[in-house]
Amino acid sequence: MMYTLAIQLVNLFAAGMLLLAFAMLAQRRILTLIHLYALQGLALTASTVTVAWATGQAHLYESAAITFALKVVVLPWILHRLIRRLNVKWDVETLINIPSMMLVGIVLVVFAFNLALPISEFSRSIARGTLGIALACVLMSFLMMITRSKAVPQVIGFLSMENGLFFAATSATYGMPMVVELGIALDVLVGMVILGVFLFQIRERFDSLDIRHLEKLKDD
Amino acid sequence: MNLEGFLAQLAALATALVLAPLLTGWVNQWRAWLQNRSAPPLTQPLRVLHKLFRKETVMAHEASPLYRAAPYIVFACMLLAAAIIPTLATTLPLARAADAIALVGLFALARLFISLAAMDVGTPFGGLGARREMLVGFLAEPAFLMVLFTASLISDSTSLATIVSSLGQRELAILPSLAFAGVAFTMVSLAENARVPVDNPATHLELTMIHEALLLEYSGRHLALMEWAASLKLFAYSCAGLALFFPWGVAQANDRMALAFALPVLVAKLAVGGIGLALVETILAKMRIFRVPEFLATAFLLGVLALLVQLLLGA
Repeated sequence: MMYTLAIQLVNLFAAGMLLLAFAMLAQRRILTLIHLYALQGLALTASTVTVAWATGQAHLYESAAITFALKVVVLPWILHRLIRRLNVKWDVETLINIPSMMLVGIVLVVFAFNLALPISEFSRSIARGTLGIALACVLMSFLMMITRSKAVPQVIGFLSMENGLFFAATSATYGMPMVVELGIALDVLVGMVILGVFLFQIRERFDSLDIRHLEKLKDD
Repeated sequence: MNLEGFLAQLAALATALVLAPLLTGWVNQWRAWLQNRSAPPLTQPLRVLHKLFRKETVMAHEASPLYRAAPYIVFACMLLAAAIIPTLATTLPLARAADAIALVGLFALARLFISLAAMDVGTPFGGLGARREMLVGFLAEPAFLMVLFTASLISDSTSLATIVSSLGQRELAILPSLAFAGVAFTMVSLAENARVPVDNPATHLELTMIHEALLLEYSGRHLALMEWAASLKLFAYSCAGLALFFPWGVAQANDRMALAFALPVLVAKLAVGGIGLALVETILAKMRIFRVPEFLATAFLLGVLALLVQLLLGA
C-alpha cells in the first residue's frame, strides 16, 4: 500500500517537473523563469524525499537536503540578485515563437520517452518509469538554451538541465555516490558564480546581454 | 432496448432540457453576485425562452433554406450530445449510437452549421463571427480529442458510458495524466462555450464578440432554439467534465437505488461547477483574440502531455 502510494507520488512529482519544464520553455519574463526554476527544485526535492522514504535509503535524505538548500534557496537568490544588479527584468525574446517551441518540446518528449523505455526495463528502482521524464527535462533545457538569445535565460536553462540529470540519477539508480553528488553541487555553485562574472563582463563589453554579439570574434 | 434503459434515457433527456437553461441562469446569478450587481432570477433564461418562442420570427429577404434549417440542426446536435453523455446513469441506449470521437464530431457539425448560417445572410458581423468561431473551434478540437483519448486509454474504450463506469469503479489513485487532462478540458470548455478568457457571453461589442455575432440576425423561435442549444452545450460540456473527472454518483448498470440519488448528486456537482465558472469569469480578463491560439495551444500541449505521461507511466 505504502509502496504503490510512493510510486504514485513520485510519478506525480515527475509529471510536475515535466510541466514546469514546459512552463519554463514558454515563459517570457525572467523573474517568473527564476520562480519556475525554484519550483522545479522543490519538485525534485519532494520526489527525492519520497524515494528515500519508500526505500529507506538514508543518503537520499542528505542529497534532498543539498538539493533544497542549493536549488530552492541559494541559486534562485543569486539569480535574483544578479538580475537586479544587471537590471534585466524585461521580457525575454525567443528565436522561435512560443507555440512552435511547444510543438518542438512535444517531439522531444516523445523522443525521450521512446529512448528511455528500453533502458528503464533493466532498472529495479521504484521510480524507473520516470527516467523518460528526466531525459525529456534535460532535452528541453537544451532546447531552452538553444532558443533563447539572452544570457540569463541560457544560464537558467543550464541549471535546469542539471535538475533533469539529478532526477535521472535518482530515478534510475537511487542517486549517485555522495562524493559525486557533492562534487556536482559545488560545480553548479561555482559555475553559477563564474557565469555571473561572465555576464557582467559581456554587458560591460557590449552594453547588452544578447549573446549574438559574441558571434563576432574581432573588432571591426 | 429494455424498458429500464429507455426510461433512464428519457430521464436524462428531460433533465438536460430543463437543467441546461437553469445552469446558465445559475452562472449568471453568481456572476452578478460576485460583481456586486443585483442578480436576475434563476429562471430568467427559461422566461427568455418562453418569451422568444411566442414572438414573431423575422428573416432577411436573402436568407436561404440553410439559414432556416440551422437552428433545428444545431439544437438537435446539442440534444443528442447531451443524451449520449452519461449524466444520470451509464445504461443509455443511445450511448451505443456515438462514442467519444463522434461526440466531438457532433459539436463540429453544430459549429459548421451555425457558421454557415451566420455567413448566409451576408452581414459583415456574421462573417466575422463565423471566422472567429472557426479559429477557436479548429484549435480547441484537437485538444478536446486528446483529453478524450487520455480517458479512453485509461479505461480501454472510446464509448463514453464504458469510460465513465470504469473510471467510477476504479480505486482511488493519484493520476497525473488525469490532472493534466482536467486542466486541458477546463481550458477547452471555456473556449468552446464562449466564456470569459476567450469571449464574453454578456457583450454585444463588435470588436470582441464571437458567439453573439453568430446569432445577431436570428429572432423569435429561431433565436430561442439557438439560445437553448448554447445552454445545452454548456450543460453537455459540464456533464462531460463531471463524468470524466468526478465520476462518483453516476448510476451504474442495474442499480435502481443509485438512479434515485443520481439527480441530486448531479445538481449538487453542477451547482459547485457553476460557481467555479462564475468565479473564473470574474477574476480573469478577456484576452486579445490573437492570444487565443496560444491559450488553446497550451490546452493541446497539456492534453498531449497527459496522453504521453499515461503511456509512459502506465499509472
